[in-house]
Amino acid sequence: MVELNTIDLLIAAMLVVVLALMSIRLQSNISRQLIIAAVRTAVQLTLIGLVLKVLFENVTLGWVALMAFFMLFVAGREVMMRQERRFKGWWGYAAGTFSMFLSSFAVTVFALVVILGNDPWYAPQYAIPLLGMLLGNTMNGIAISMDRLTHAAWEQRHIIEARLMLGETSDEAISEYRRQAVRSGMIPIINAMAAAGIVSLPGMMTGQILAGALPVDAVKYQILIMFLISAGTGLGTLAAVKIGARRLFDDRQRLCLDRLREP
Amino acid sequence: MSKAPPLLQINRLRRLMIGPVSLVLDEGDCLCISGASGSGKSLLLRAIADLDPHEGQVLLQGVPAEAIAPEVWRSRVGLLPPESSWWLPRVKNHFRDDMPLLLEQIGMSDSILEQPVARLSSGERQRLALMRLLSHRPQVLLLDEPTANLDPVNTRRVESMITGYRRAHKAAVIWVSHDVEQVMRVANRYYEMSKGELQPQEIEGQQWLS
Repeated sequence: MVELNTIDLLIAAMLVVVLALMSIRLQSNISRQLIIAAVRTAVQLTLIGLVLKVLFENVTLGWVALMAFFMLFVAGREVMMRQERRFKGWWGYAAGTFSMFLSSFAVTVFALVVILGNDPWYAPQYAIPLLGMLLGNTMNGIAISMDRLTHAAWEQRHIIEARLMLGETSDEAISEYRRQAVRSGMIPIINAMAAAGIVSLPGMMTGQILAGALPVDAVKYQILIMFLISAGTGLGTLAAVKIGARRLFDDRQRLCLDRLREP
Repeated sequence: MSKAPPLLQINRLRRLMIGPVSLVLDEGDCLCISGASGSGKSLLLRAIADLDPHEGQVLLQGVPAEAIAPEVWRSRVGLLPPESSWWLPRVKNHFRDDMPLLLEQIGMSDSILEQPVARLSSGERQRLALMRLLSHRPQVLLLDEPTANLDPVNTRRVESMITGYRRAHKAAVIWVSHDVEQVMRVANRYYEMSKGELQPQEIEGQQWLS
């Protein structure tokens, strides 16, 4: 494996700087955002590298769990911010975060205990990257599906209420939009699985190969990750849409759009 | 033997800007409400159908709404909103198969059922929405300007369709209408709504048939 040093990374950074300069000449205001994002990448990844180093040297369940929940709460905030008409109050945060907890944590623990079988099972070298991949992907699925659901409830409120007026239950009246929301949350991972290896080489696999792993081993891990991600995204999306659809109605099955924030 | 409870009883119903409203409707009653737009007529109907939160009590044959599952309540106390909604591609998809529809009586033929919803005129939508509601056999009809988009001929057809249903099924009707002549034709009780309250009105030249 070729060790990277700071000079190597600075040379790569030059490419971003050149791109930013070209953007300025095109009078596009994207260059500022580009530089900020690049700096964030460098700082955030350096920090997480340091954190992981400390974590790997002190293998205790407490520290791993602390890290895991920190990642969860950050991802939960991200899910909330990505929804245009999110639920008001703590529900806006809790619905997505809880669904992510349910799916990502369950799937990660399952993979660690049943599939990988390390000793201890929470070995941070496996637990943290796995959880990170799962959170990152379920985050997308949950954010997309909840955004889609609340959006549909708002846009199609007349239809939903018309169906209630004809004696349908709230479940029946919103079933179509629930289906659509789950679908749109799942589409990215389905596409990623369908295109994997043909259109794109997945990032994790590429990283492993660059770091010196045998392609066959890297591929096995990538397949495992893909399956875990699709299971996690599916579970998380189903949970989020179920919670969301329930929250859209009160105990008398009235459509409660006042529970959603204005965009 | 004690007297049977009224079909629909509304006790001090209140919501923002509305009420308290108390009404009693017996089988066959047709109560018309008119009033300026924004006076709360539609909001009152929505509260009775239990689509919006409200205070006070609404009872059907003596049973309070809270004691009845919401979907059952709304299929027995059916609301026809001013704008109809359609969510399936063709008209017939919105109707149950087992119900004969009396479409000729309201100036339409059965062929309209095969049409895509997007091709319907506003008047056709309004009449079909009424038929769709009636096919669920509600005991109370809450009609929010059911003839607003109709010409005089079809207005008369819809009026007699509703009157026929009310008699045949011993239903009660609350009918929001801006047309005073229509009120005189169909109502046995008449209220004016202003600032969220109902004021009883005289019905002149009453020709109402119970």
